[in-house]
Amino acid sequence: MPAEVYLNVAVGGVLTGLVYGLMALGLSVIFGVVRVVNFAHGEMMTIAMYIAIVLFATFRLDPLIMLLPIAALLFGLGYVMQAGLINRFITRPEHSQFLLLVAVAIIMINVLLIIFGPDAQNIQTAYSYDSFQIGPLIVDAAKVYAACAALVVTAALFAFFRYTHIGTAIRACADNYTGALVVGLDVKRLYALTFGLGSACVGAAGTMLLLIFDVTPAAGPAYTLLAFVIVITGGLGSMPGALLGGVLIGLTEAMAGLMFSPSAKSMFAFGILVLVLLFRPQGIMGKRAA
Amino acid sequence: MSRKSQNSTRVSRRTFSAGLGAAGIVAGTAPFNIVRAQGTPLKVGVLLPRSGYQAGIGQDCQRGVDITAGILKDMGMPPLQLMNADTETNVEIARSRAEKLISEGAQLLVGAFDSGQSTAIAQVAEQKGIPYVINIAAAPPITEQGYKFVFRNFPTAGMILGGAFAAQKEIFAASSSVPKTAVFLHVNDTFGTAMKGGIGAVMPKFDMPYKIVETISYDPAARDLSVEISKAKATGADALIMVSRLNDAILLTRELVKQRWSPMAILSMGPGWYEDQYLKTLGKLSDGPLSFVPWYDPNKPLSKQLEAALAKAHAGVNLNTNHVYTFEALLVAADAYKRAGSTDPKALADAIRTTNITNNTSPGPGILFDAKGQNSSLKISGIQNRGGKLVTVAPKEAANAKAEWPLTPYDKRA
Repeated sequence: MPAEVYLNVAVGGVLTGLVYGLMALGLSVIFGVVRVVNFAHGEMMTIAMYIAIVLFATFRLDPLIMLLPIAALLFGLGYVMQAGLINRFITRPEHSQFLLLVAVAIIMINVLLIIFGPDAQNIQTAYSYDSFQIGPLIVDAAKVYAACAALVVTAALFAFFRYTHIGTAIRACADNYTGALVVGLDVKRLYALTFGLGSACVGAAGTMLLLIFDVTPAAGPAYTLLAFVIVITGGLGSMPGALLGGVLIGLTEAMAGLMFSPSAKSMFAFGILVLVLLFRPQGIMGKRAA
Repeated sequence: MSRKSQNSTRVSRRTFSAGLGAAGIVAGTAPFNIVRAQGTPLKVGVLLPRSGYQAGIGQDCQRGVDITAGILKDMGMPPLQLMNADTETNVEIARSRAEKLISEGAQLLVGAFDSGQSTAIAQVAEQKGIPYVINIAAAPPITEQGYKFVFRNFPTAGMILGGAFAAQKEIFAASSSVPKTAVFLHVNDTFGTAMKGGIGAVMPKFDMPYKIVETISYDPAARDLSVEISKAKATGADALIMVSRLNDAILLTRELVKQRWSPMAILSMGPGWYEDQYLKTLGKLSDGPLSFVPWYDPNKPLSKQLEAALAKAHAGVNLNTNHVYTFEALLVAADAYKRAGSTDPKALADAIRTTNITNNTSPGPGILFDAKGQNSSLKISGIQNRGGKLVTVAPKEAANAKAEWPLTPYDKRA
C-alpha cells in the first residue's frame, strides 16, 4: 500500500482524536475536581449536538459560530445539575452517584428520542464535503476545523485554570478539599462551576463532532464509554492527558483499521486501555496515588 | 327377522326430523363459524427495528404496513389487527418482543427486516408454534432448519447474488467499458457475512469480467468510515461492490466525495443506496449507484395500486423493497387467514404452505412456498438512482430505463 495512504489515515486519526480529546477533557476536569465520574457525559454531548441541529435548522448558523453559545448553554446545564442535584450526593457512597448519573443519562436519551425520534441527523455546511490537498495528502476540511477549535478551547480552559483567581480556587479545591473549606472558599459553588466548565467542553466538542459524525439519541453511551477509555488512558484528572489520550485512541483506531481490519478498530483501542491499566494504572500523564 | 330388518333400515318421521335438525345445526353453524372467525381480525404481531441504527429502514418498512389495510380491503381480504413491536435493532430484544407479542395474543408474526433478528424470532415462533412470515431477511440458514411455522417471501443471499450477477452482465453487455477490478465492502452483521460467503460460492459460476482485489468488512454502526474508503481507494479498483445498510451508505458516499474518489461504478447488493433517506440526504451526490435487489415489477397492476396508496399516505416517498415486501408479508397472512377460516396456528401455517398468490407486486410468477417455507421463484432487479428517483434498468423484461454508465464523477456534478 502506498505510503501516502498511511499518512492520510494517520492525519485523519489525529484530527478526530483531538476532538475526542476535547470531549474527554470535560470528564477529566469534572473528576479531577469534584471526584464524581459523570456517567451522563456522552448523553450531554448528544444534547449539545441536537441543540446545534436545531440552531442550524432555524438560523443556518455555522457550527464554528454556534460553538460558544452552545458551550454556554451546556455550562448552564452542568452548573444547574451540580448545584441542584449532584452536590447532594457528594458525600454519599460512589454507587449512589453512579446510579444517579446513569438515571440522568437514561432520562436524557429518552427525552431526545421523544423530541427528535430515532433517525440519524446531521448538518450540511458549505464545507461539509470539502477537503484540502497538500501534495499526496488529502485532509477532510471539517476535521481540520473541528480539531483547530478543539485545540483553541483546550488552550482557553488551560489558561483559565492557570491564570484566573477562580481557576486557582478550583485547583485548590481539587488539591485539598478541607483546606479549601478552612480558607473560606465556597466549595459547592466552585464544584458547580467546574461541572459547568466540564459540560461546556462537552458542548463545544459535540458542536464540532457534528461536523464529522451523525447523531442519534442512542449515541450517548458509546461516547461516554469512549470518553472513559480516553481519560483512563491519558490519566483521570489530567488535562493534557485527556488530549493525549484522545489523539492516541483516534490514531490507534485509524491505523488498526488500515493495517488490520476496520471491524477491529475498537478492539485495538480497548487493547491500549488494557495495557495502560496493566503497566501504568494511573494513566500516561496521571499522578500515582500516594 | 325380515320385519326387524325392514324396521332397521326404514327412516321414521322422528328419526328424519332429528336428522334434519342435526344437519341443519351442522349446516347452519359450520359456515357461521367461518364467518365469525373472519369477522374477527387476525392478530398479527409486526416486529421491526423502529429504533437503533436500522431505525430509518424500520420506519420505511412501517410505511408499507401503513398502506396495507386499505389495499387488503379492496382485495376482499379479511381484516388484520396489527400489534406493533420495536426490536431496537437488537437480536435479543427481537427475541423477547416476539415472546411478548405471542403472550399478548398475537396469532401470526411478521418482520423483522434483519437476518439476525429474524433468526431469533423464527426460533421463538417455531418453539411456540405460531406462524411467522419474514418480510425481509436474506441469510440462507433461516429456512434451512426444517421449521414448520417459518415462511420467507424474500430471496436468500444466494438468490440475490445470482440475480445480481446476471443483471450486471446484462448491463455490461450493453456497455463499451466494464470494470476489471472491484473492492468488496460489507457490513459485518449476519446479512453481510452471509452475503460475503455467498459471493465466494456464487461468483465463479457467472464468469464476471472483474475480480475482487480486496474485501473490507466494517461495523454497520460505525460513526466514521474514512479508513475503509482510504483502504478501498488505495487498491485503485474500478468498482465498489457494496453490502451495506442505510447510515453507512450515506457515510461512505460522503467519504468518497471528501477523499476525491469516483469509481467507475457502485454496485450494491443490499439496502441503503436506494432508500429515500439516502436520496434526500445526499441530493445530487446520490445519483448513479446501481442496486441489485429484490424489487417490484412496475408493470404489475398491484404495484401501481401500491404506488398510488404510498403517494397518498406519504407524498414524495418512492415505493421500494421495504414497502413492497412488508406489504406482501401481510398479504400472505391475510390470504392464509381467508383460506384457513380459522385463527388456529396450525391451520394458518398449513394455509400459508399452500399459498399461491399471482396478484402480487414482486418480480416473478407470484408468492408460493417450497417445502422449506421459502419463496424460491422471486427475481432480482437492477435499479439506479437518478435525479432523486429510482429507475429499473434490469432485467430487460421489467426495465423502464437504460443504465447510465459509468458513474459521473462526484466533482463533475453541476
